[in-house]
Amino acid sequence: MTLLQVNDLQVHFETEDGLVRAVDGVSFSVEEGKTLGIVGESGCGKSVANLSVLGLTRSPNARISGSALFEGEDLLALGTERLRRIRGNEAAMIFQDPLSSLHPFYDIGTQLIEAVQAHQNVPTSAARDRAIELLELVGIPDPARRADHYPHEMSGGMRQRVMIAMALVNEPKLLIADEPTTALDVTIQAQILQLLERLQDELGMAVIIITHDLGVVAEVADRVAVMYAGRIVEDGTLDEIFYEPQHPYTWGLLGSLSRLDRPRPRRLPQIPGMPPSLLAPPEGCHFRPRCPHAFEKCQEVPPLESRLAEAPDHLDRCWLDPDEKRSKREVEGRIGLEAPD
Amino acid sequence: MNEERGTRNEEPLLEVRHLVKHFPIKSGVLLDREVARVQAVDDVSLTLSEGETLGLVGESGCGKSTLCRTLLRLIEPTSGSIRFEGREIGGISQRELRPLRREMQMIFQDPFSSLNPRRRVGQIVGDPMRLHGLAEGSDVKRMVEELLDRVGLSAEHYNRFPHEFSGGQRQRIGIARALGLRPKLIVADEPVSALDVSIQAQIINLLDDLQDEFGLTYIFVAHDLGVVRHISDRIAVMYLGKIVETAPAQKLYTDPVHPYTVALLSAVPIPDPKENREREPLVLEGDVPSPVNPPSGCRFHTRCPWASAVCSEIEPPLMDFGEGRIAACHHPRNVSAEQAASAEVVPESPQTAGAARPDVEPAQA
Amino acid sequence: MLRYVVRRVLWGIALLFMVSAVIFLIFYAFPSGDPAASRAGRLATPEEIDRIRETLGLDEPIYTQYWIYMKDLVLHFDFGYSYESNAPVRELIFDRLPATISLVCGAVVLWLLAAIPVGIISAVRQRSPFDRATMVTTLVLYSAPVFWLGLVLLYLFADDIGVFPIFPGQGAYTPISSGVGHWASALVLPWIVLAAASAAIYARYLRSSLIDVMGEDYIRTARAKGLGERRVIMRHGVRSAITPIVTLLGVDIGLLLAGNAILTESVFNIPGVGRLIFTSIERSDLPVVQGVVLFGAFFIITLSIVVDIAYAYLDPRVRYA
Repeated sequence: MTLLQVNDLQVHFETEDGLVRAVDGVSFSVEEGKTLGIVGESGCGKSVANLSVLGLTRSPNARISGSALFEGEDLLALGTERLRRIRGNEAAMIFQDPLSSLHPFYDIGTQLIEAVQAHQNVPTSAARDRAIELLELVGIPDPARRADHYPHEMSGGMRQRVMIAMALVNEPKLLIADEPTTALDVTIQAQILQLLERLQDELGMAVIIITHDLGVVAEVADRVAVMYAGRIVEDGTLDEIFYEPQHPYTWGLLGSLSRLDRPRPRRLPQIPGMPPSLLAPPEGCHFRPRCPHAFEKCQEVPPLESRLAEAPDHLDRCWLDPDEKRSKREVEGRIGLEAPD
Repeated sequence: MNEERGTRNEEPLLEVRHLVKHFPIKSGVLLDREVARVQAVDDVSLTLSEGETLGLVGESGCGKSTLCRTLLRLIEPTSGSIRFEGREIGGISQRELRPLRREMQMIFQDPFSSLNPRRRVGQIVGDPMRLHGLAEGSDVKRMVEELLDRVGLSAEHYNRFPHEFSGGQRQRIGIARALGLRPKLIVADEPVSALDVSIQAQIINLLDDLQDEFGLTYIFVAHDLGVVRHISDRIAVMYLGKIVETAPAQKLYTDPVHPYTVALLSAVPIPDPKENREREPLVLEGDVPSPVNPPSGCRFHTRCPWASAVCSEIEPPLMDFGEGRIAACHHPRNVSAEQAASAEVVPESPQTAGAARPDVEPAQA
Repeated sequence: MLRYVVRRVLWGIALLFMVSAVIFLIFYAFPSGDPAASRAGRLATPEEIDRIRETLGLDEPIYTQYWIYMKDLVLHFDFGYSYESNAPVRELIFDRLPATISLVCGAVVLWLLAAIPVGIISAVRQRSPFDRATMVTTLVLYSAPVFWLGLVLLYLFADDIGVFPIFPGQGAYTPISSGVGHWASALVLPWIVLAAASAAIYARYLRSSLIDVMGEDYIRTARAKGLGERRVIMRHGVRSAITPIVTLLGVDIGLLLAGNAILTESVFNIPGVGRLIFTSIERSDLPVVQGVVLFGAFFIITLSIVVDIAYAYLDPRVRYA
């Protein structure tokens, strides 16, 4: 069952410098109980797209269009109050930096109780019990005492656990995790990823994990969407993205990963150039200026569609012929983005 | 070639012995007195040959940044010795230090806050050169333009301000600024942590090229083992103010000795779904303890899956386990019984370390 | 926390001693007129002046004078006697304090009542017509000199129009003991004049502070939790934005009590501390100046301690050791 279906989402911001096309026609879907990884570099629109789905980018200078069907309701068309009742209740979100994302002046118990009472008409004592139950679930030792602590009195990993507890307090069907481990140390990142997987097994919610790290995606995702400069350039199952990548940007990302389990390459593969400005993105394929395989056809925008007969759900935005892609992405026996000689 | 190597090894570029940096915590009614100390760097020794790159890895709060700043004397050390080109710089005055400053440059993590927003690129890169008397007049401009070109920017960027650049480009400006002084040693404190993956590779490749071209020596700091591998000859792993393991770069990844290194390696996600499904990663429990009151004995024993009674009592000495692997652990990993038996304490070992033989068979595994 | 308070109080007392010594030195180093001569009158003989100097203790060396002054102050809470009127300084000040406190407290309440809602609405409806209008108004208010604003208000609302029973120079201030209605109605105009500039500053400060806070990550979290916008603004936004204002408020109240309300007191002829210090400086009345300044320093130091303690309660990240 599809839980969330986003269609042709466009989010543009009017600024003094002009119109910023932060999200430029994005479509993706999440199945119930499954994990979608959205991968891309900073500024590619992956966070804005998801914030917009929950109505968190609504402002006088934002132009939002498209649709986001969540259990049959279009979230983009909902009124403020109706959407408020879904946020934090049926669809919750956690963020990158748990220190700045928690209010510094309130203890964590208060902040969790507030989340419960935003959606349930229960007395504070019952809300507090629920809060402590959740703190225990996310692995915070001595939760009843910890509830009286302030965010600054906890470690980064503990704070992110608190954020997760707060997001799950009303048993959402969808959890959007925006770079949940980026601000954390590696050993703590491993703990949090393990925790998210355990909670998903226990509670059966769907998860969208937004990250720049393909390693994180490889650990937790069922399906992966790769975003570049406001568009999704490739969308497929985890194995399809890692073993049959169709878009040169995906090759570049895979190629520039450092593999600790392999001998190190002579030179670190890199993607040349920089992402384009979203004020004036290039015509046609947005990756064209950085792509060593670009040709005339790339001046037209390639649609996001399946180009492989054997994998109808594996979508990409690249005009290259699938057979050609297979040979072009091979660099020294691995996948990479390298200029043809 | 051999001869050249011989002279090189005679005098290491940088030799740090038993360096300590404690930050006092003060409190009092009318006048302050010291009530506790943050043991940021606690008896650290390291040696760096010319042209070498040492990767320094550890999680937040392990003291790696303090170590860098202390060995450049940006922070005054509490005790210990720092020798640069054979000359003790630990105790000399700031005035005597000034000519040496040029030879030891630093690149910072945050390319946004480490460049003065009100100065043009030309001034940011050129002023230090002028200040140290490396160039004058129109020479400065010409040299700055050459440098900008060398780090992958262009001469037209001379009159721009830092905010007009992306993160990766700003880091290039920071590199050009350091490079302009013709330093021998560059300490790079997490230079790519704030950058996107595809840009990280560009900067690391640039640093790699510059090293060959200018004969630079690097200390390259990172918070995980992924980034440093490519650029490092040797890697030192820090935990709570101490170096727990040093090894040649390749060896550290294939045969890590210290359990903390094992955990750090295991924590880096493998970007390969199939291998991921097969492996059972070692996930450490708990948080890093406070450096104000670090655990007794081996500082890692509170989180170590192989810890035994001895670990909480005796601080393990740094021992040479062969093949360049030096680690401080009572129950070393990837070490044979013979290697453990023949391991010897190295002179860099902390002075507080006890005398205990490593035991490959831990009490519980 | 207790240790911190003790430490601050001890330092505060030390500071008061330093202030008193500095004032003594200033009067000694820059004599602005011989107090004995001015007290003796124009027709006095040199002998009479010498005698007066002796009775006032002015012939003693400065450190002896200072020692005697401090001894009386510490042991008997005695600030000495005015050179001018021979009245005890303590009583002179205590006579004037109620007027100043009445003026300051009312003005503070007034400016907070005006500034807080205006600041919040301007921040939330940034660049709306309301925001633009209030920002222009506040600019005018805090550029307007107090005496000008005071005179304008007097002209508009003075007794002859029959609204407020005040004339310039007529001393319409009545203590609160003679009836709250009387007291308040006499002070309405001075309150408005004194509050105007501060209300403008506070409104603008709160506005920019709240605009900053509304961009914080934790505001996004509050919305993501599904809180209503009103609660997000009041409990999460304003709660943070208003905290720095406490610091501002403490300093401002301290300064006003120390005599900074002098312009308003002069325009409305309110017998307050500001007027007292003005006249006593004019007449080189050292004991009075010394007393008023010490009182002022006491208010400022006390309020800064109160502010720091309040801050620790408002912001749990602040912990004093």
